[in-house]
Amino acid sequence: MSENKSHCPKEERLWREEFSVSSSEQAYVERRQFGKFLVLTSGAMFAGQVWLMAKDWIAKTKAIVWPRKEVANEGDLDVGAAKVFQYPGPNDDCLLVRVNETKYVAYSQKCTHLSCAVIYSAQKKVMECPCHNGYFSIEDGHVIQGPPPRPLPRVELEASGGKLIATGMSVFGEGEAH
Amino acid sequence: MHGFEFFVDPSRCIGCQSCVNAGGECGTHRGVSMIQLDYFDREWTTASTPTVCMHCEDPACAQACPADAIKKGEDGVVRSALKPRCIACSNCVLACPFGVPKVQIEMELMMKCDMCYDRTSAGLRPMCATVCPSQALMYVTPAEAAQLRRDKPVNTFRFGNQEVKTKVFMYVPHGGEALEVDVVHDMWRLEE
Repeated sequence: MSENKSHCPKEERLWREEFSVSSSEQAYVERRQFGKFLVLTSGAMFAGQVWLMAKDWIAKTKAIVWPRKEVANEGDLDVGAAKVFQYPGPNDDCLLVRVNETKYVAYSQKCTHLSCAVIYSAQKKVMECPCHNGYFSIEDGHVIQGPPPRPLPRVELEASGGKLIATGMSVFGEGEAH
Repeated sequence: MHGFEFFVDPSRCIGCQSCVNAGGECGTHRGVSMIQLDYFDREWTTASTPTVCMHCEDPACAQACPADAIKKGEDGVVRSALKPRCIACSNCVLACPFGVPKVQIEMELMMKCDMCYDRTSAGLRPMCATVCPSQALMYVTPAEAAQLRRDKPVNTFRFGNQEVKTKVFMYVPHGGEALEVDVVHDMWRLEE
């Protein structure tokens, strides 16, 4: 077997080192190999970040045209009641809440923590995520307590002719949501 | 045990089976003896020979393993297949020039003589070497071995153009630097 080695000097493939017969060799990492690993992985991470930034920037520069969608009739809901509707896409669940006689608010139902469905707690007057006890303000959607990292996206409502119409989405402290 | 080497002297083997029975007592392969004792033509000769793993410098079993399960430690001891990796494919059994590895079908694991690793790594002698009554199996320093025997042991075996160097030494009848093994020739001679 030592003969075999002399036939192909220095032709050791990387996998031969990685899966070496010798238990000490297989754990051995050359400085150059380690350096290569560091440069390549950090390079890949950097490229990923640049890609994400570019994507974000492109999305920001594009003007979003929000659809107008009829959500409910005024007076359909009792005070403290809520209704699920889809906005802006057919899979984006949102929650319409009648806070008092005159005030209606609507938020995305997807918790910003782990996307659980958020519910309205009429007792505490907050949007509550039952999964991890995340609370959002019913006024503007900011996080009151719990693990959610970002405010709940709010659906802009417009009342016209006794109907509630969704006209767009916004996030507390950010302007328009994307 | 640092500086100790394993010596096999088939000419001193009396075929008593002590090593075979003691082999099963070893902790790393408890209950399964990893030593092979061969009797030759019993009608004509009392010759017998024990076969332990020779612990090759470049182990063919490990080179042939597709699952990267057989490893050689820094001390040169080639260990049994790693249980989580071994797929019991028997490649090692076919690859070994000395016929050492054995696949335990019921365990789906290749097990081989690992020089009683639990003992030798803790400064004890391998089970077989402790019980051999005729010193056919010895675990001593090379200096001690030189005192006990006039012959020079070999650890180089030539199978045609393939040269295999081993950690374990063997006393062979005609001495020399290496033992030439011509399997086909010997098989033909046996048939005659």
